[in-house]
Amino acid sequence: MRYLPKSPVERQDMLAAIGAKSIDELFESIPERYRLREALKLPGPLSETEVIEFFKARAAENSGGYTSFLGAGVYSHLRSVITDAIIQRGEFLTSYTPYQAEITQGTLQAIFEFQTLMCQLTGQEVANASMYDGSTATTEAVLMAERLTGRQRVLVARSVHPEYRDVLKTYAKNSGLHVEEIPYAADGTLDQKALQAALKDDVAAVVVQSPNFFGVIEPVAGLSNTAHTTGALLVVAVAEGVSLGIVKAPAEADIVAMEAQSFGLAPSYGGPFAGVVASRDKFVRQMPGRLAGQTTDSEGQRGFVLTLATREQHIRREKATSNICTNQALCALAATVHLTLLGKEGLREMAHQNLSKAQFALSELVKIPGVRRAFDAPFFNEFTIELPRSVKLVNAYMLREKIIGPFVLGTAYPELTKHALVCVTETTSRAEIERFAAALRRALEQPL
Amino acid sequence: MNSKIKKAGTHTNQSEGLIFEKSSPGKRAFELPPLDVPAADPAKALGASHRSEGVEGFPEVSEIEVMRHFTRLSTWNYAIDLGMYPLGSCTMKYNPRVNEFVARLDGIATEHPYQPQELSQGCLKILQLLEKCLLEITGMDSVTLQPAAGAQGELTGLLLIRAYHEKNGNPRRKVLIPDSAHGTNPATAVIAGYEVENIKSESHGQIDVEKLRDLVTEDVAALMITNPSTLGIFEERIPEITEILHAKGALLYMDGANMNALTGVTRPGDLGVDVMHLNLHKTFSTPHGGGGPGAGPVAMKKILEPFRPVPILVEKEGGRLALDQMRPDSIGRVKAFSGNFGVLVRALAYILAYGPGVRQATEDAVLNANYIRKHLEGVFDLPYSLPSMHEVVFSDAIQKKNGVNTMDIAKRLIDYGFHPYTTAFPLIVPGALMIEPTESESREECDLFIDAMRSIAEEAATNPELVKTAPHTTRVRRLDEVGAARKPILRWKPESPRSKAAD
Amino acid sequence: MAYPANYRYTKEHEWVDVKGDVATIGITDYAQHELGDVVFAELPKVGAKIESGKTFGTVESVKAVSDIYAPASGEVVEANEVLHNTPETINTDPHGAGWLIKIRLANPAEISGLMDMAAYEAYIASQSKEASA
Repeated sequence: MRYLPKSPVERQDMLAAIGAKSIDELFESIPERYRLREALKLPGPLSETEVIEFFKARAAENSGGYTSFLGAGVYSHLRSVITDAIIQRGEFLTSYTPYQAEITQGTLQAIFEFQTLMCQLTGQEVANASMYDGSTATTEAVLMAERLTGRQRVLVARSVHPEYRDVLKTYAKNSGLHVEEIPYAADGTLDQKALQAALKDDVAAVVVQSPNFFGVIEPVAGLSNTAHTTGALLVVAVAEGVSLGIVKAPAEADIVAMEAQSFGLAPSYGGPFAGVVASRDKFVRQMPGRLAGQTTDSEGQRGFVLTLATREQHIRREKATSNICTNQALCALAATVHLTLLGKEGLREMAHQNLSKAQFALSELVKIPGVRRAFDAPFFNEFTIELPRSVKLVNAYMLREKIIGPFVLGTAYPELTKHALVCVTETTSRAEIERFAAALRRALEQPL
Repeated sequence: MNSKIKKAGTHTNQSEGLIFEKSSPGKRAFELPPLDVPAADPAKALGASHRSEGVEGFPEVSEIEVMRHFTRLSTWNYAIDLGMYPLGSCTMKYNPRVNEFVARLDGIATEHPYQPQELSQGCLKILQLLEKCLLEITGMDSVTLQPAAGAQGELTGLLLIRAYHEKNGNPRRKVLIPDSAHGTNPATAVIAGYEVENIKSESHGQIDVEKLRDLVTEDVAALMITNPSTLGIFEERIPEITEILHAKGALLYMDGANMNALTGVTRPGDLGVDVMHLNLHKTFSTPHGGGGPGAGPVAMKKILEPFRPVPILVEKEGGRLALDQMRPDSIGRVKAFSGNFGVLVRALAYILAYGPGVRQATEDAVLNANYIRKHLEGVFDLPYSLPSMHEVVFSDAIQKKNGVNTMDIAKRLIDYGFHPYTTAFPLIVPGALMIEPTESESREECDLFIDAMRSIAEEAATNPELVKTAPHTTRVRRLDEVGAARKPILRWKPESPRSKAAD
Repeated sequence: MAYPANYRYTKEHEWVDVKGDVATIGITDYAQHELGDVVFAELPKVGAKIESGKTFGTVESVKAVSDIYAPASGEVVEANEVLHNTPETINTDPHGAGWLIKIRLANPAEISGLMDMAAYEAYIASQSKEASA
């Protein structure tokens, strides 16, 4: 086998050195009757060429040749080839968590830069080295708010990503948290009256997403003031990070939970991505996950180490702030490289292109008879339209025209079966938008 | 330079500051194609209160600077691609590059989790085949690929156990965890709403079965074991352990972190394990990437199947695959979308490359660990003498007499061209040296490691100061961790007074 | 470092200095030595009630966390602000400036159940012996 660096003779020599007659002798601590006598029934072995052929064949069974208008938490953005070239360097790719600082300074400094970029983006003071994704980052942010306030009620906007809410409910079920959902108002933002009514002094956190699942931007500063009137913390989830190139950072939030997928990470059928928790300096002791910090070595040179580790499971065990160990380090590195490549101007321009294309797409779509914009609040690169008929049927028609239609909001919001969440990014061309509008027009003209 | 340091030589590496320190307004490393629709007016589209002028402090650099910056940083890392990385419990094995290649294919990396399932059959077939392979390897009945890492797999497993007990009328109160366990085990149990009761290991480092018999009541939901244990020793009495638990209705959870010792040789399902997680970034070679991403699939027996996280992969008529959300007893979701799909792709590529031959990898891993044990026994103290599987745990008891501890030896190993082993774990071995060579090391590399360890032991006796002040050849010397924790600096800040005031 | 004769001590290595109905509580030199360089102390707020034998805070080094157990019950009247910026005071002056909290004793009689200097010194001597055995 090509991955194994031993010849049969070497194996025999090593066994002899150990004093074992056969390899089976080394497995004698496993009771005889449990030892497998036959080889596992696995496909393979495959040569490298065959492995590639296998996956190319699977890739061909997917969505090649289609144009997509899906976003809903996973976004298609331009990615430089530089990012993959760097993260595939063996020194990054095949290195472990940087516990031995002297020989992992590369990873540690990159994490420090990632933390800095995330602070700059979110308007927060401290950011961690990554969580699994936006959904678990949001959950961890809520658990952090619970520890900080000692309270157990959580008010979550229904306009937070449905799967983020699902994950929160799974984790909350057994940690004593009571999760209540707050409806959305007619303009698509959180219903402030409903929030006021539910907000009591037993609320740990108010959780919103901005831009929210309908694509609209929440009034973060105002919500922060409201939450603080009863001592609750405001948790803001950001699923589309590119928005921060042009939309004001959620600096008034107490904790920001961000999905970094938009920063150079491929959609990859849902993962791996990278979540981030960012917050205030004063809350750092309750942060989940790893943190890299700057320090000096015994000769006074600058260097970096993992720090404040007493929060973590390998030291605090059952009293840890989170059970996370393995995180999404390489994805965070990709985001670091990607954002460094874009820089201030590149990110702003990318965000502006998204905004412009979404504005253009909306203006094209509402020209179609029966199509109207559903929510009036400002949006970034996603918006909700209401159609005169079921989105599912419309999407089925559009597949015939090699278009993957917008997200069907009815799958998560039963009251919105005729509502579609349209996403366009800088990767969507004007021609594709126009083709989509034409296809939608034809779809709506089809006899039912 | 010590003539015994054969594996490594010194070489110059480049100095490099933080990227923010290289920034100068107007430099660019990435250009977008021109906008092909009318430019939106941000003030009009977003309104004044939502609009931002761009992110303050973001770096502005050129492409060559980005390339050099990260390449220089990379040269400050040790990596499996450079040499042996014997971190016990971490299974730092070779990460085949073909796995990276296939995970990045158009049609794999490009796919959106919400695209129609009829246009995702390739992705779903990958998931289905991986599920089948993992079931064959573990001997279990059912599996979920959703958890993002081992710790999330543990949580999923415990939530399955909880849901099962709840369905039977009582979620129970306690989870038993041996004192040799990974820290994630107790941390996870708490999130799942359980109290943790620790079990002391018996004198050979195994689970104290007699004590277990006393502790297991109808209030115990599960025992979480690691097998082989973190001492690298197979829990020989596991059939008995299973019996004790099952007699009281409790379940057996197995932390599969050490599955690299068992794959193709025995199956947890046959041993009576009810539920377990696998670390695909350990046993199945997906790269650690400086700390992640991983994947932590959970395999289980039939009794837990109804509680699996949604969505569930199902095969419909005609072989069409679909994701099914409708499971009334499901514990819910533990993560958005379909798990760390890209990691699952890499793991399947690894399994396909080996096929049934994966047993050879297990045998070589155990061979390497025992070979190293044989050559270092006596030079280092071996606190538990039961047979080793894929890793061996020594202690620094002999070197401690000269004031040299496990961390010092680990740091000195860096000078010899190796990554250190795992230090100070498992907790039941004071001053532990936990060595896991994996199957990826040649005899030659193992010999170099043995020579290095013997040489360091000699230095510890004759020149302890040399060991205590190691490493001597790295870019930075030992770092001030105390200072880092007392006055944490967790981000870069600009130095100009204006920006300082703005902060 | 000498153990003050007027203090009382616990098996968990806390010391108590009683003046009237107010008790100052800290960790002993032995404890700070075992823990190593202290990087952080988490203390209760003024007004918090603490209960004898229960944990009321933690003292952390880089790689360890130590729970601090209340030697007596009472209400916190002061927490040592100095430790916020210079937690190392616990290492440099554990029995003095490195004190943790002051409490108003709920039941002053609890103090008499604690060890005096001689008993504590004997206790730590036996502990060290055990550790080196």
